[in-house]
Formats: sequence, structure tokens, C-alpha cells
Amino acid sequence: MTLDQATRVKGGIGQSTIRPDGIPKLTGDFAFVNDLFAEGMLHAATRRSPHAKARIVSIDIAPALAMAGVHTVITQEDVPGDPLFGLEDRDQPVFAHDEINYWGEPIAVVAADDRETARRAAAAIEIEFDVLEPLTDPEEAERQGSVFRHMKIRNGDQDLHGEVVVEGYYETAMQDQAPLGTEAGLAVPDGEGGIDLYGPSQWVHADHEQVYPCLGLAPEQVRVHPSGLGGAFGSREDMSLQIHICLLAQITGRPVKMEYDRSESFTGHVHRHPSRMWYRHEADREGNLVRVEAKIILDGGAFMSTTNAVMANASYFAVGPYRVPSVQVDGYGVKTNNPTCGAMRGFGAVQSCFGYESQMDRLAEKLGMDPVGLRLKNALAPGDRIPTTGQLIETALPAAECLEQVRLMPLPPPLDSDDPRHLPGGTGLTTPRSAVKRGVGYALGIKNLEFSEGFDDYAEASVVLTPAGAEVHTSAVECGQGLMVVCQQIARSALGMEHVAFVHDNTSDMGSAGSTSASRQTQMTGGAVLEAARGLKAEVLKTHGGDDLNDEGVWRDGSLVATMDEVCANGPVTFHTQYRHPPTEPPNETGQGNIHADFAVAAHRAVVDVDPELGLVRVVQIDTAQDVGKALNPQSVIGQVEGGIMQGVGLATMEEMVVDRGRILNANFTDYLLPTFLDAPNVEAILIEQEGSWGPFGAKGVGEPPTISSTPAIVAAIADAVGKHFNRVPVRPQDITGVL
Amino acid sequence: MESVLPKSLQEALAALESEPDATLLAGGTDIMVEVNLAGLRPAHVIGLRRIDELRQLEGRRIGSGVTYRRLENGEHVALAQLSRTVGSPQIRNAGTIGGNLGTASPAGDALPFLAALDAEVELASAKATRVMRWDEFIVGVKKNSRQPGELITAAILPEHVPQRQAFAKIGVRSAMVISTVSACLFRDDDGTTTIALGSVAPIPLRPRKAEAMISAEKSPSQAALAEFARLVSEEVSPITDHRSTEGYRRYASGVLARRLLERCL
Amino acid sequence: MIDITLTVNGEDRSASVRDSESLLTVLRETLALPGSKPACEQGECGSCSVVLDGELVCSCLVMAADCDESIVRTVEGLAQGDKLHPVQQAMLDSGGVQCGFCTPGFVVAAAHYLDENPDPSSDELREELSGNICRCTGYGAILRALEGLAQR
Repeated sequence: MTLDQATRVKGGIGQSTIRPDGIPKLTGDFAFVNDLFAEGMLHAATRRSPHAKARIVSIDIAPALAMAGVHTVITQEDVPGDPLFGLEDRDQPVFAHDEINYWGEPIAVVAADDRETARRAAAAIEIEFDVLEPLTDPEEAERQGSVFRHMKIRNGDQDLHGEVVVEGYYETAMQDQAPLGTEAGLAVPDGEGGIDLYGPSQWVHADHEQVYPCLGLAPEQVRVHPSGLGGAFGSREDMSLQIHICLLAQITGRPVKMEYDRSESFTGHVHRHPSRMWYRHEADREGNLVRVEAKIILDGGAFMSTTNAVMANASYFAVGPYRVPSVQVDGYGVKTNNPTCGAMRGFGAVQSCFGYESQMDRLAEKLGMDPVGLRLKNALAPGDRIPTTGQLIETALPAAECLEQVRLMPLPPPLDSDDPRHLPGGTGLTTPRSAVKRGVGYALGIKNLEFSEGFDDYAEASVVLTPAGAEVHTSAVECGQGLMVVCQQIARSALGMEHVAFVHDNTSDMGSAGSTSASRQTQMTGGAVLEAARGLKAEVLKTHGGDDLNDEGVWRDGSLVATMDEVCANGPVTFHTQYRHPPTEPPNETGQGNIHADFAVAAHRAVVDVDPELGLVRVVQIDTAQDVGKALNPQSVIGQVEGGIMQGVGLATMEEMVVDRGRILNANFTDYLLPTFLDAPNVEAILIEQEGSWGPFGAKGVGEPPTISSTPAIVAAIADAVGKHFNRVPVRPQDITGVL
Repeated sequence: MESVLPKSLQEALAALESEPDATLLAGGTDIMVEVNLAGLRPAHVIGLRRIDELRQLEGRRIGSGVTYRRLENGEHVALAQLSRTVGSPQIRNAGTIGGNLGTASPAGDALPFLAALDAEVELASAKATRVMRWDEFIVGVKKNSRQPGELITAAILPEHVPQRQAFAKIGVRSAMVISTVSACLFRDDDGTTTIALGSVAPIPLRPRKAEAMISAEKSPSQAALAEFARLVSEEVSPITDHRSTEGYRRYASGVLARRLLERCL
Repeated sequence: MIDITLTVNGEDRSASVRDSESLLTVLRETLALPGSKPACEQGECGSCSVVLDGELVCSCLVMAADCDESIVRTVEGLAQGDKLHPVQQAMLDSGGVQCGFCTPGFVVAAAHYLDENPDPSSDELREELSGNICRCTGYGAILRALEGLAQR
């Protein structure tokens, strides 16, 4: 089937097909994990550490057990199986038992008749602590060797230097994914010693791998079901409450529900790594980059989570989408007693992008060059090698085109309104129009797609023919991004059929689809669906001697030779596949190798209005051009672009977890500020579709690039408006005014 | 928990007389946060939102049950301006000026307006009604002079309210934000200027020296405006917290003061 | 326990409410109306928005015991059988729904506002919905959905 034929199937690829879960979400009927209910269910609550570092001297659960309505209280000694869990490494105890390593670390959980009782009982547990001094300075952690991983990258002649030198130090604060749906889960005993888990997971098989060992059960005794999630953005790759509620269900024999409130959600999931970055860029007088040196410290907090991979990513992309003959990068993922950090959309590439794009602007200034011109001059293209790993770029990579397209997009009209909603400070009436300065800034970013470094990254799926139509089966998690509809579209186009249903399978009925992260599911689960659909069609055509397939059945030379009922006479016809992307490899001792499966680039231009005297910012417009390969559902892609940009706006201007000696001070929506409707800039997006990716119909993942270069573009625009540089995000009023 | 939902002020005061320590519930926008997140479990609740007398908005008298939504469209310009910045539309539909007074937060949005006017607060009990000036009512961080058995019934503005008035509030985002610094200023025809700032002291702050200085300037020069700003900055006593720093708040107070005055000249 | 009777989506309902629990909790757990969502329980996100006695409020900030004899409209009352409310249809068509957690609050807020203000400007829409947080869409598709309705 040609691409042209594929796009002509109703509801097939290339169309903004309506998502199948849209109506229930709009009517309030959609079952989020938070809404789940089971007859006879108990409610659970967690007791957490108020200290960032401590020794636990004693735990007395008797006062909690004594309360009416409490069914059980469990601690680490009640864990029957493996005491540890973790995504990259099993380094975290299910419950803290003799030592505390971060503020909020779980110590015990309670199951009770109702949530109120569970919470009061959890608070009634008596715990004696010997409070210790936490390690909270990431640079001190590096000095002490408290390091999860050191990534050393050396590429090219290390003695090459450029005449024009710019050095800089940069910081990015701890951002939180803040998905609107908090963590919630329901664990249901099956009456035979096993458990069905409905939890807040981005990867049900990874949850499964960690849950059954801790419960001391056989793999088939635990089934994890993809469930309704209110967003994720990386916060749900690591587990939060899953083992806790499964244990409670196992011990009580009752279904157990737990739901975090917002404050516990902030506390109970990982955050984006805060970073400290030291950069040195060297170029020749014509603006050709010669050498980049970078040292990056990411604070991973108390447990490993995905720090090794995030830090590696930050290091691999420390230089950005530019040709640089001589590269030296040292990345450190350090271990401290700060809150644990892990995956968040962008996964290390966000932090680096702020570093290298800030450097590019300073370099342009020193060279007397236009910032866009400097970037275009050095931008990577297919046939170049990634400057850090040396990997040959064999996919599409329209870095220069993205930037050129963005530059051509019309700028918004000058500020001509006194409506406070169009002024910095908004309806707070802080700023007269005369006090406003406008600024424009550009940034270019790059991200890998899929998992890397030789990870065996695959996705399983089945496509099934039934008399009622086709079904796509996968255990891939939908967290709002539009996975369900794109799978349907791919199957429709591949089969030539309109009636395609999406079916979610649990971990017993389907193999792993891998994580819903790393911008990978459209390519991976989509790729699996495409392969399975093609395989199914080929098999069915061969079986019935046909040359075409549609909803009615199998056709040959324009005549129907087998109806769908006949095709399914012996039951549904299934084709299952385990789909892999082109292999990657682990790095050698200097970070070289074919590390990554695919790449995507994006450019952003931000227009901001600033009140320099008060340091208030309004992001007016963001224009972007993004490398998407093939937009399988243009509306969904735009949704990812606009949503990702808003998270970039947040990091640039207002989002920051305030951590004081290891404790989070703003674990709530009053003080962790998410952009509102009035903070949203106008967004114009160009989707650049170029062939070259191995993804289904040439599609690339699109979720992360919008979040990567949007932040530095905004900061560059603020810098343009006020005439000074900034070295940290978010940029605060005191940074802009210089009044600390 | 016992709850009473009176439909008249008299009923409410009678209920309060039997339970002087009852929790008074108007819009719920402060209390319910305590219930949801801080474990507040009141033993007795008196719901006030059905009481018409408390919702009167007439001339000098602003009933304690008047919501920000109504004040947004009301006759007092600065009050309308500040009301528009409170929370969100959902919050403004429920939150009341009486609640702002009852909570007495240093960041309370309506409080600088009342303070700059030297407005009064009326309290009623079953036995008596009393009126006191705003700074006799608000006495500290989240501390007010309401006695058990009393209910805030109204804010009472002075007879003469200068027409030229302005409000501004600094926040890091454009909606639903607790003020970093807020200010409300009045400038009368004879030059008398009053200004009150929020979030820069335990209670709304009136920078008296600054007020005296600028009131004497009938046509303030640029230098006089700068001096006004400087004096305001000196007189506020802000803190550093997770929202902002002492230095920025002090500096921004002066800038806001000067800009508000410029709007009223 | 306190007994209340109230009208929800046109139907007379009664509930025994526990102490000071919120209307949101009672809707979700006692009245089997889980459409309104508890994303923050502080009135900072609008995911729990309902119309109470004619006003758009955050149901997490309403004490259920204070709702005796009240009239409540939730997201579940917007569609008429199979026929979506115009706001729901517009959001479906425009891509305004991703994870969906903010969606009930948005449709309640927007439907209520457009009912009383059928032809708002974009700025008015943005301000009226500034109490509803979305983390997925960046608001663009939601605005396009509602602007499309305003023109009709």
C-alpha cells in the first residue's frame, strides 16, 4: 500500500481522527484510576518521613492498629519477597526501615475502612528518629564521590582550540511534571493468592517486574492493567503506591484503594533533575564552532531512579544540534538527600539545551554575529555525525530548515493595547504600556527518540480480525497523548479497514510495549501495530487467495471472495508481533558509539513583553517548526507541540520546586505555579515532514522536542528585552531587576 | 459536627450565642482548604451564605457576605480592580470580603483598600453591635479582634472616599496568585494621599512618612515621586519566603507606590 | 452524619454527609457522580468546578453540609442522552481533550459562561477560564473550540 492509499482510508493516517476516549472524558464517564471502586474496598494512607536524613530508632504501629476501622498497618518487615525495587537499579526499599534518605520517604502504610481513618491512623504511628545532617549540595556530593554515574565523553582532537572563547555557568531548577491526575491505584486480590493491579503507571510491565518479586509471588500471579491516567510526563515511570497497595491487598485479602492528594503527589513522585552546568565554547573568527567543554551535574536525590539515563542524555546532547570537531563532556548524576529525581519530558536534554543555547547567544554576541546566523552556520544535517557520540545521522534532521522556517514566520504586531490582559502583570495592573519592552529570542534543540545505549527496546502488539471488525491489542499506556487513536489509524491504513477498535491488554495477556516515554510509543507501539496489521493482511489474503481486504472481507479482481464472517469462521484471526527498532549500542569509554535509535529537532522563537522595572514577563507568542517525519494525526501532534511548549513556558518563568535542606516547601498548587489560560502565549507551529525515519509511515516521536528549546528561546527573548543575560531558569522578577 | 444554616442575621446570631466558638462559613474558600489539607474538623458550623442582610452593598456599607464577583462590578474603582485579581472566577463567586477580614492574612487582597481608607469593621453578637477601625480589628498575622459569639457583619467605608484611587498587585503569574506585594492608593483633590501595602508586613502597612511627604506636594515633580517611592521602600518590613525575597518586595513596594500615584495625578 | 437534600442535574437527591467533607467528595463517593475531579482540593485548578445555586464554584471548597436545599449542576448533567452539549462537541472536535482530567471542569465552566455570555471575546474566554488549569494541551485547542462556539 502506498502512502497515498494509506491516507485515503477513512480514519487512517494523516487525518485528525477523533480519539475514542474523548466522549467519556467529556461526559465525566471515563474511569481514571482515581475513580475506581471495588465492592468491599479498603482505603490506604502512607506515613512519610519528615526528615531528609535520619536513622529510624523505633517504629510503634500499635496506636494505629488500635484505632477503630483500621485493618492493618505494614512496614518493611511485612514485605514477604524482595525488599528493594527500582527502575534502573533495585536500590530503594519498599519502606524505609533503619534509615531515611529523603524527605517524604514512605515508612508505613495503613489500610482502613475509609480514607479519613487511614490518614489519622497513619499519623498516629509513633516513630522515633535520630535526625542526621543531610547531604544537599550537589557539588559537595560530586566532590565526595556520591555519584550514581559519571559520563565521560571525548570526541575529536582534544588539542583543537578556537580563538573566540565564551565561558558560562548555568542552573536549572527542579521542575515537577505536575500531571493533573494525582497518583491513585486499586489492588484487587483474585482469591487465589494473586493480585490485579490498576495503577498510575507509564509502563505496566516494568511495574509488574517490580511488584511480583516484592510480593513473593510468581509472575503470572500478578496482572497489571493499563489504567486511566490524568497525565504523566515522566512522573509515573517510577513506582509510587503500587507495591504498597498490593501488599495491603495481599495481607487483608480485600481490594485496597489509595489516592494521593496534590501535596502527597508532589512528594511521592520523582521530579526533573535540577542542574548545574559549566560551559566553555570556542569558535573561530568566522563563527565555526571548534570546541565545546561541558561539565554537568544533575542532582538525582536519594535513589537512582532513572538518573543514569537522564544524565547520559544530558551529556550526549550537551553540545546541541551543532557540528563541533572537539568535544569534552563530563556528566555527573549525583546522589544526595534531596528529593529523588527521574524522568520528566525532555529527560536531560532540557537542562543541556538551556546551557548550550545560552552559550550560543553569548558567542554570537562576542563574534558580532546574528544569533540565528551562528546557529545556521553550525547546524547538523543528515550525513554529519553527532558531535558527542560520533554517530552518523542517517535519519531526517532538518535542523537548519526548522530555524529558517521559524525566522520566516510573521512576528506578532507591536503592543498596542492597554488591556491589562495583554500586559505583563496582567489584571494585577502593575504595568502601564509605556513601561513595556519587547524582546525576541531563538533556540534550537535536539532529542533522541526511544531508549538508548543498547537497551533492548521493543513493543509487542496484536492485530485481530473478528466478524465485527479489527482490533488492536496492546498494553501500551495511554496518558492522554493520543496513543489509542494513532494505533487505530495505523491499523486502518494498513488493513484498508475502517472498523478498528482499540483494546487494552494486561501484562498476562500481552507482552511489554515498553514505556510511554522517550517520545517512543507512536514509533514503537505504532510500529508494532503496523507490522502486525501488515502481517495479518498478508496472511488473510494468502489464506483466501485474495488481493485486497476491507471491512466486508477479502476481495480478488474486484469480487468479494470471503466475507468477514467466513474469514473468522474458526474464530478471530490474530497476528502478534514483537517490534524492535534498529539496534543501538552502549558507549565505549569515551562515550562513542551508535547510541541512539532516532533523533528529532525543533526550533522555537519566543516574543516576550517585559516590565524591566518590576521584572514581570508576559510570553506573547511562540513560533515553532518541528521535525515530525510524518504527522499521523496532525491535531494530536499540535496538541503535543502546544502542551509541551507550555511546560517550557513554565520552566522559563514560574515553575520551581523550592527545596530547603532537602524539604520541599511548595508541594501544592498555590505555590508551585502552573501557567494558566492567561499566561498562555499564542502558538503558531509548522510541522516539517521529511522522509528518512524508520518509524511507521516515516513518523517520528513528537512529545519532547517542544519542551526542550522553548525554555531557552523565552530566556533569550527576555535577555533581548532587558539587555542582560540570565544564567538560571526559571527567571524570577528579582533576576530581571537585579534586586535580590 | 453540627451545622446550622440560618436564613437571617438574627437566626445566625442566636446560633452563635449558643455556640460562641462555632466556625463561621461564608464562601468556604479559606476554611475548606484547612479542612481538605490540614485536618481541620470543626465541631460546629454556622453557614452564612443564605443571609440577605450580610449581602447588602449600599454606599458606604459593604456587607460581609458580598462576594468578590459583585465587587468586581461595583462602584468603587480600586475595590473592583482588586476583586478582579482574587483567585479565579470560581473563587470570586464564593469568596467574600468578610472572609478576607476573618482570615486576616498579610496578603489579603481587599485589606489594603480598607486600610488606605481607614475603613471600619462592624461586628455583631446577639447582645450588641460594635464598630472598630480596621487596624483595631486586624492585629497580627491571621489575628483579629473578633470575640467568640461575634460575627463580622460589614466593612464600613468613610463618608468621603476620594475619587482618584488605584490598586496593583504583583504576582508571578497572571491569575490565581498570592500577592508578592500589593498596594492601594487614594489621592484626594487637596493632595491628601493615603496608601496601604499588603504582603510586606504582618498587617497592611500604611507608610505614614511617605504619605505625609507626598500629601504636601500638590504637583509632585519627578524627584518628589522618587522620594515618595524611596520612603515607602524604607517603611515596609517584608520578609523572604518561598515566594519572593525581602529585597525584591522592598524595592517593588516603592515602584508600585510611585506608579499608583502617577495613575492618580 | 448530617443529612442533606439537594437537586443535582435536575434530580432530587439526598445524602448523609460526614462532618465537614466537601461537596466534591460527596458527589464522587456518595452520589456516584465521579465526573468532577480532585486534582488539588484547594481551589487552584478548577477540575472540580460545578454550578452551585447558579454560580460557578470549586466544589472542593464547598462544605457539603452547607448544600442543603441547593441546586447543583455537574459535568454529568451537560449531555442530553447521546447528544453532547455544544461545548463538549466543540472540545471533542478541536483536540481539546488529552488526558481528560481537567476536561469536566472546563466544560462546566465554559458551558455556564457561554450560557450567560454567548458572544465573548477571546480575552474574555481566557479570563473566565483562568481558574481552570490544563497541563496537557497548552490551552490552544480549548480556546479554538470555544472561539468557534462564540462565533455561532
